[in-house]
Amino acid sequence: MSDHEYTPSSKFGKWFNDRLPLLSLVNHLTDYPTPKNLNYWWTFGGILTFCLITQIVTGLVLAMHYIAHVDHAFSSVEHIMRDVNYGWLLRYVHANGASMFFLAVYIHIFRALFYGSYKAPREIIWIIGIIIYLLMMAAAFMGYVLPWGQMSFWGATVITNLFSAIPLVGESITTWLWGGYSVDNPTLTRFFTLHYLLPFLILGLVVLHIWALHVPGNNNPVGIDIKKPSKDTVPFHPYIVIKDAFALLMFLIVFAMFVFYSPNVLGHADNYIEANPLVTPAHIVPEWYLLPFYAILRSVPDKLMGVIAMLSAILILAALPWLDTSKIRSAVFRPLYKQFYWILVADVLILGYVGAMPAEGLYLLIARIGTIYYFAHFLIILPVLGLKEKTLPLPLSITEPVLGGSPNFATARDKVEKIS
Amino acid sequence: MSDKNDKKKTERRDFLFTATAAAGAVGVGAAIWPVVDQMNPDASVKALASTEVDISSVQPGQSLTVLWRGKPVFIKRRTDQEIQKAREVSLGDLKHPEKDEDRVKKPEWLVMLGVCTHLGCVPLTDKGDYDGWFCPCHGSHYDTSGRIRKGPAPTNMEVPKYEFVNNNTIKIG
Repeated sequence: MSDHEYTPSSKFGKWFNDRLPLLSLVNHLTDYPTPKNLNYWWTFGGILTFCLITQIVTGLVLAMHYIAHVDHAFSSVEHIMRDVNYGWLLRYVHANGASMFFLAVYIHIFRALFYGSYKAPREIIWIIGIIIYLLMMAAAFMGYVLPWGQMSFWGATVITNLFSAIPLVGESITTWLWGGYSVDNPTLTRFFTLHYLLPFLILGLVVLHIWALHVPGNNNPVGIDIKKPSKDTVPFHPYIVIKDAFALLMFLIVFAMFVFYSPNVLGHADNYIEANPLVTPAHIVPEWYLLPFYAILRSVPDKLMGVIAMLSAILILAALPWLDTSKIRSAVFRPLYKQFYWILVADVLILGYVGAMPAEGLYLLIARIGTIYYFAHFLIILPVLGLKEKTLPLPLSITEPVLGGSPNFATARDKVEKIS
Repeated sequence: MSDKNDKKKTERRDFLFTATAAAGAVGVGAAIWPVVDQMNPDASVKALASTEVDISSVQPGQSLTVLWRGKPVFIKRRTDQEIQKAREVSLGDLKHPEKDEDRVKKPEWLVMLGVCTHLGCVPLTDKGDYDGWFCPCHGSHYDTSGRIRKGPAPTNMEVPKYEFVNNNTIKIG
């Protein structure tokens, strides 16, 4: 919270604020001291908030026309596309909006990985973020089932069958999830209900995510602690607001490009065929944002172990603040970590690529190597690196490298030595 | 605390807390159960438990796929070669050892759920390395008895409860 007490200027404002300090909250949000060296990678929090609201608004209006029943779901989606005023636009924004949401969240996550934003004292922000990410995947998966196309049906079958890998109770859990003996109407109606619920849970968690962020304040590209408010900070409004707005505008250009010029390029043609429980499509693939995890699932030749590997790949992120033993946050000052960071980025992209390919031959081999490397990065490389790596000296403040007139960190080091 | 009366009082409180918590837990559990159990298969789903299939038109080597409880059931009329092939396999070579004799009622007719035991896809008939079934999703190979031979699936394709009503009709379920 801001360090100064806020008093509304108007008499009514003061009267209201004494009873419900809403104006104090608004003042906190506008005056919130933000590191002045934040770069454009920090604008994705705002972009993600925009994505969530877009999904909620478009989803709400789509739900006014959609019918959650196996006999009508597919045709009601076509009805939205053909008959409903601007239905095509709303559906394309919602469907591509999911992809844009994940694009933004992956940039947001990899920004945190590069600048060490998950480290103390920001572990809780990070863990809430991982929970949001998990809920996003659940919401996206259930949303993909609703049009009741071939990919919807068989994607739902494959993913719900993951639970049957659980020893002893697996079968009962799967039947319970389905509400029958296969994916059918009861499954569709409950997925619709949960798909409607999850975004609001995500919204609640986003509030907690931001609340937790406002306790220590933003991390920054240099990754050092800063005093706030001080000469190292600027108020959130107007400085960050205008920067976020500009970044959002750029992001919207990409968004609009997908919606208006290639609305189906991220989808799968098989989903324009109505669900048929007797025929499995030749090649089942999930949406692009789940492909790396799908590759990990398929790279393990055992059913239960495959499911465990896939879940661990996500949950291991929650332990990251403790797996990374380095006290230095920003990769700018960690020459070795910086290289391993880019290898990890490449590894995830490669896993995503082989996840879209058939699980055989060379692809399977690459997927296995990629999977092993993914886990090695978190379980071996990060813990060891933090203890062994020779890091570069940190500047004393985020202002210093700029005002010192030289990007050379030797200046900063000399000063540190003088002081100590 | 050394006072005897104090000690006695604390014990009585402890008992009350534990008893209240226990009764509360049972009550909450009883209230939650209907909310959980409503998701299990309902009466109308269970009512569709059996189906009768006319198999008179199926020639040797052909197979039929019917829907039972929302799942495909393969009814395959096997050729002598296929039966022989299934019976020659030694149990030691099987991931999920089951004799072919135990998987069929009449050797000619193989009836099983057409659901891959890996993640539930429908395998393709007369495909794969063992001339039985092949699952296109994650590459499981099944033999002419529907037993898993290669790939990630853990068990053989399941044989549902069925009976021959007469020579031309099978009742599944």
